[in-house]
Amino acid sequence: MRRGWFIPIAASLGFAFLYAPIISLVVFSFNESNLVTVWSGFSTKWYGALLADRQLLDAAWRSAQVAFAAACIALVLGTLCAVALVRFRKFRGRTVLAGTASAPLVMPDVITGLALLLLFVAMEATLGWPAGRGLLTIIIAHSTFCTAYVVVVVQSRLSDLDLSLEEAAMDLGASPIRVFFDITLPIIAPALVSGWLLAFTLSLDDLVIASFVSGPGSSTLPMVIFSKVRLGVSPDVNALATIIIGIVALGVLGATLFQLRSRPRKMRA
Amino acid sequence: MSSYDTESPAPRRRRPWTAVERALAAIGLSGKALVIAAPAIWLTVFFLIPLLVVFGISLTVKQFGRPPYTPLLTNEDGTVQLTLHLNNYIRLFTDGLYVSAYVSSIRIALISTIITLCIGYPMAYAIARAPDQWRNVLLMLVILPFWTSFLLRVYALTGFMRGNGVINQFLGLFGIEPLVMMQTDFAVYVGIIYSYLPFMILPLYTNLVKLDSVLLEASADLGAKPLRTFLTITLPLSMPGIIAGSMLVFIPAIGEFVIPSLLGGPSTLMIGRVLWDEFFGNTNWPRASAVAVAMLIVVVIPIMLLQKAQDAVQDRERTK
Repeated sequence: MRRGWFIPIAASLGFAFLYAPIISLVVFSFNESNLVTVWSGFSTKWYGALLADRQLLDAAWRSAQVAFAAACIALVLGTLCAVALVRFRKFRGRTVLAGTASAPLVMPDVITGLALLLLFVAMEATLGWPAGRGLLTIIIAHSTFCTAYVVVVVQSRLSDLDLSLEEAAMDLGASPIRVFFDITLPIIAPALVSGWLLAFTLSLDDLVIASFVSGPGSSTLPMVIFSKVRLGVSPDVNALATIIIGIVALGVLGATLFQLRSRPRKMRA
Repeated sequence: MSSYDTESPAPRRRRPWTAVERALAAIGLSGKALVIAAPAIWLTVFFLIPLLVVFGISLTVKQFGRPPYTPLLTNEDGTVQLTLHLNNYIRLFTDGLYVSAYVSSIRIALISTIITLCIGYPMAYAIARAPDQWRNVLLMLVILPFWTSFLLRVYALTGFMRGNGVINQFLGLFGIEPLVMMQTDFAVYVGIIYSYLPFMILPLYTNLVKLDSVLLEASADLGAKPLRTFLTITLPLSMPGIIAGSMLVFIPAIGEFVIPSLLGGPSTLMIGRVLWDEFFGNTNWPRASAVAVAMLIVVVIPIMLLQKAQDAVQDRERTK
């Protein structure tokens, strides 16, 4: 087929659009001046300022804790839910469970946040738990919406899985739980890793839901960034963004290389 | 067919989970019930019930105190009374602010989705048709922003579009007057398109990469111009990808809060922002709840329509 000029040019412009703001953000994090967009010389002083900003560091540590806990809870719940949906073909309430598990994916953040806050307030008034709002309520809220993403990732891997392996183990007398831990789990491990990472990143990134369900003194990193950014641009946020983008880029690059390497030799071009 | 509920003889070798299984069986619980129950209970308590709570509170009115809304149930002299207020819903329809916020959210989301499709389609097409060694690199370039913080990417745009931002400095080189881009609806459109572009490209790519190039070659051999081949073959076959991508952009864009509040101006009305202000600014929880209920309806209708379109496309393919 004759290659046209339109597609390559349009695609290049698209990629330029996707990357130009990110690149300018990274470049200006090394800017001397505190005017974020006017270049006045190379400096790494904003990285130093970042390390001295206790509020930001505390929030980052808080966010990391929340994201770690939420990703672990979401991984367990999401995997159980995916197993139930893929392996147990018929049980009462299957459609309801399937719908409830995927609904958080399309639910606007403001509604999820509001709904959970109102629930926590009502629970505190009637049951006395959870007492006040803080890290615990943020973890619960994040686990809930992250579960939906883990279900999607694990479900697609489970339904591709060759059933004969599990059947063979079952025929040889292994109990269902043993089959799950010895056969199924090692095979779906890559999906579990990507599900966990996805949940971790989503939790780390969430601003809206955390704003609703957090209490005084439990601001997460996105909340602190948002309040800083709302007042105007600040170069230390650029520095922080550069660090985060660097970590993510290394992670994605590493994962891609790992995938290419672990692929069978004959499949490589 | 295999399933975990098949009865099987107990394994000889002792493993930790044998003991777990016995303990569970002793209290009359099967593993299967537990596997279903754990996520089902969690999602019921922390997802379904909260939505009911929102609906309940939307039928109360604001009052001063804790909690800042009137109780639904009151106990007077031993009789329980249920008090429902429809005021919030009546205000949603009569106050022009809410109606125009819903309308403008849908308009902004719809226009952004169409533009995102126009930008994303050639990109997805180029990646799908790229040589093997290039394809993974390009795909990685699309996925990378997807993993970086949403908030920070919106922030990156503010530095780009500000009065003395990168674009205006660039235009200044040609002696062009600085453009006012920030705090306008234009900035909100750019923000949505920029943030959601990867969500459009990925489903389009998975669809287009499966497209058999033999069909395109056959069409070209028979003398069809590239545009005609595109319109009669590529476009109809990529419909499921277009619908999936559009859904992933349109639906979250309706309820968007971060983009209009960082990039939009005071006149940019979007419903996510109205809900936020109602809750945090006016601390009117019942009104915010009513806004949420109406927003849910606004979101669910396009999901159902798009799902129907998706099913229709799949049905057509199956009968072919």
